[in-house]
Amino acid sequence: MTSASLAEWSNLAVYSSMLVLIAALICFAVSFAARGQRVMTTQRVPVGAGAPMEQTTATVSDPRGPGARAGNVAMALTWLATGLLLLGLVLRGLWAGRVPWGNMYEFSLAWTFGILAVFLVVSTRRDIRWLGLPVVFLALLSLGLAVTVLYTEAAQLVPALKSWWLVIHVASAIICGGAFTVAAAISVLYLWRDRAERKGNVTGIVASLPDAARLDTLSYRILAFAFPLWTFAVISGAIWAENAWGRYWGWDPKETWAFITWVIYAGYLHARSTAGWRGRRAAYISLLGFVSFLINYFGVNIFVNSLHSYAGL
Amino acid sequence: MTTTTDLPSAEPAAPPPLGAVGFARWCWRQLTSMRVALILLFLLAIAAIPGSVLPQRGTDPIRVNDWIEGNPTWGPILDRLGFFDVYAAPWFAAIYLLLFVSVIGCVLPRTRLHWRALRSAPPAAPRRLDRMPEHRTWESSASADDVLDRAYADLKARRWRVARGDGWVAGERGYWRETGNLLFHAALIALLVAIGYGALFGWRGNVIVREGSGFSDTLTQYDAWGGGRLVDPASLPPFAFTLEDFRVDFERGEAQRGAPRLFKADLTLWPAPGAPAEPVVVRVNEPLSVDGAKVFLVGHGYAPTLRLTDALGRVVHNEGVVFLPQDGNLTSTGVLKAPDATPSIGIEGLFLPTAAVDDVRGPHSTFPEADDPAVFLSAWAGDLGLDSGVPQSIYALDTEGMTQLGIEALRPGETWQMPGGNGTVEFVGLTRWASFQIAHDPGKEPALAAAIVALVGLMMSLFIQRRRVWVRASSSGSGTTVVTVAGLARSDEADLAPGVDAVVDALDEGRGTA
Repeated sequence: MTSASLAEWSNLAVYSSMLVLIAALICFAVSFAARGQRVMTTQRVPVGAGAPMEQTTATVSDPRGPGARAGNVAMALTWLATGLLLLGLVLRGLWAGRVPWGNMYEFSLAWTFGILAVFLVVSTRRDIRWLGLPVVFLALLSLGLAVTVLYTEAAQLVPALKSWWLVIHVASAIICGGAFTVAAAISVLYLWRDRAERKGNVTGIVASLPDAARLDTLSYRILAFAFPLWTFAVISGAIWAENAWGRYWGWDPKETWAFITWVIYAGYLHARSTAGWRGRRAAYISLLGFVSFLINYFGVNIFVNSLHSYAGL
Repeated sequence: MTTTTDLPSAEPAAPPPLGAVGFARWCWRQLTSMRVALILLFLLAIAAIPGSVLPQRGTDPIRVNDWIEGNPTWGPILDRLGFFDVYAAPWFAAIYLLLFVSVIGCVLPRTRLHWRALRSAPPAAPRRLDRMPEHRTWESSASADDVLDRAYADLKARRWRVARGDGWVAGERGYWRETGNLLFHAALIALLVAIGYGALFGWRGNVIVREGSGFSDTLTQYDAWGGGRLVDPASLPPFAFTLEDFRVDFERGEAQRGAPRLFKADLTLWPAPGAPAEPVVVRVNEPLSVDGAKVFLVGHGYAPTLRLTDALGRVVHNEGVVFLPQDGNLTSTGVLKAPDATPSIGIEGLFLPTAAVDDVRGPHSTFPEADDPAVFLSAWAGDLGLDSGVPQSIYALDTEGMTQLGIEALRPGETWQMPGGNGTVEFVGLTRWASFQIAHDPGKEPALAAAIVALVGLMMSLFIQRRRVWVRASSSGSGTTVVTVAGLARSDEADLAPGVDAVVDALDEGRGTA
C-alpha cells in the first residue's frame, strides 16, 4: 500500500466512524426518551434500604423494552465507531511513521478516541447508557471540528517533538482529556438532576438519569483516576522540557494552563470533602477545570504565542 | 486533605476574640481552615492567568517593551504592579506562600493525629451494628467465642488491624490512605523548597556561536547570563567547545513546507582545561552534560561572511556576521559595525536564504534553506556612537549622526563599491550559527524526587480505602448465636460490601440463614 492510499484509508476510517457515531447518537436519543417514560412508574417501587445503590437503576430499565434495545444497539455502534477511529489513528500513524498525535488534527482524533474509550471502559463496569447521548455528541463535535477546521496533511515532526516523551506525555494528556470530558458531561447531568430533585419534580427525561448522589460519585471516581494521571502528564512534560529547552518549568502559556487546570481539579477534590462545598459547588469547580483544559488545548494552540504551538494550522 | 471534615478546621468561622494572642490564634485557625485553603487555591489559579496573556519579561522582554509603548496608560501601571513578571511578583509569591503555610498548618496536626491512630487499636464496636451503612445478621450454631475467634483470625490473616473486646471484634485497614495524603502534601512543600534551592544556586546563559568559532564557559563570553543570588559567577565550570558544523534540514513537501526536520550541531569539546578534545553531537532533545552543566541547542540562523574594505584599501572586517531570524523562512536582519574603518562604517543588512521581492512584502525569504541567498545592505558612514558610553546592541545600528551612503543587493561572490569612494563590501559566502542555552540547576533532581513522591502519595490517598468492620456475636438464649457483621467507610466512596462479604464468607457456616 502506498503512503498516499494509507492517508486516504485513514480519512475514510475517520469519516466512517463519524457516520456510525451519528447512528449511535440517534439510538441513544431514542433509548433516552423511552427510558424517561419507563422510569416514572418503576421509581415508586421501594428498594431495600441496605441494597447497594448500583442495583437501584439496574431494576429500573426493562432489558426487553424498546428503550433498552435501542440503548444496546447504540452501545454496539459506539464500540464499532471507536474501533474505526482507532483504525484511522493507526493508519495515520503508519502513514506518518510516528505516533498519530503530532498536530492538532491528530490530537483531536486521539482526544475523541480518549473520550469514547473512557466511556466504554466505564460502561463495562456499570450501566451508563444514559451517558451515551452527551458523550457521543461531544465526540462528534470534536471530530467535526477536527475534519473541517483542524485538518492538516500528515508531515514529519519538528525536531523538538522527536522524543519518546511525545509518546508518554501526550498519551497521558489524551487519556486525561477523555476523562475530563466524560466527567464534565456527568457533572452537567448531575446539576440538572440535582435541581430537579431539589424542586421535588423528577419527571420527564431527567427521571431517566440516575439519582444525583450516584452521578456525583461517578464523576468523582473518574476525576480521582484522571487527576493523578494529569499530575503525571505535567511531571513528564517538565522532564521533557528540561531535556529540550533547558528548564523544567518556564511558565510557557501551555505550562501555565496545565498548572491552572491542575490547581482547579485539586480544588475540586478538596471541595468534595469540605462542608458547604460538596455537591453543586464541587460540580461547578469540576466544570471550571474542564473549561481550563479546553482553553489550554484550543486557546493556547491557536491564539497564543507558545512554545507548544504545534497546531500545524 | 480529603478527610479533614472531622477536624476543627471545618468549623464555621467564629468572630475574632479580643486580645492579641486570641486574635493570632483566630487568624491561624482561619488560615489553616480548608475553606481558606480552597480560596487560596483559586486565587493561585486566577493569579497565574495574566502571565499567559500578557508578554513576560522572563521569556520575551522585547514584546513587553512593545506592549508598554503601545499602551501608554495601562502599560506603566501594569508594569509597576508586576504584571509583566507575574511569577516573580510579590502578590503571586504571597498567595503561594500563604497557601503553603496553610498546608503546613493543616498537615502538622493531622500528622500528630495519624501517628496516634497508627499506634492505637481500632475503636470498639458500636452497640447497634444494624445502623451501619452495610451490615449482615444471621443465627449461627457455633458458640459466640468460636465465631469471634474465627473472625479475629480471618481479619488478622488478611492484614486488618484487629481488636477484640467483650462480645465483639473490630478491624480497620487503609491507614496508608492518610499516610499517602500527608506524604503528598509534604512532598509539595519539598518541591517548593527544591525549586527555591535551584533558583538560589542555579544559573543559565545564552550564547550564539558561529560555525568554526568557539566558546569557553566564562561570564564574558555569554550574550546573556543570569544566576541565583548564591552563585559565584567567577567559578563557572571551565569547559570549552568549538562549533565545527551545524546541519539543518527543512520540510520540502507541501504539508508544513519549511518546517525544520533536523538540527544537529557537531562540537569539539574540551571538558576541562588541558583535557583531551572529544567530538560530541548536540541535538534538540539531546543536550550535552558536562561538568554539572547542560548545553542545549536552542536556535540557529545564518552568518553571511562580509568582507569590508575601507576607503584606504584596508580589510577591516572579514568574517561571518550573525543575522537574527525574523520569520519561519529565516528572513534575517543583522548589523556590521566597523569603527576602525576610515571613515567609520555601519551596515544594516537583510539576509534572505531564498530571496524574493514583491510589491507587498518587499524583499523576503520564501524558504529557510539557502537555495538562492542574497543580502540587502544599507551602508552608513559617520559616528557609530560606540564611544558614548551608552551600551549598544550589536544587532542594531543607531544611525543618528550618520549619513547614508546607499543601498545594494548582493549575491554570493558579488562586490559593492560603496558610493563616494568609501570602500567595498563583498558577500564572500555563508556560514551558519547555533545558539546554545547553558544551564546549571542543582534543584532539578530534588524537585523530580519530590514530584514523584507527591504522585505516589496522591495515588495512595485516592485509591486506598479506609474501612472498618465489626463483628458482634451473642447468644440468643435458644442455643444459637446471633452474629452481626457491619462495615463503615472512613473515606469517600469506599466500597464496603466486599469487605463485609469477605468476613461473612470466612464465617461461612452462617450463610443461607441470613
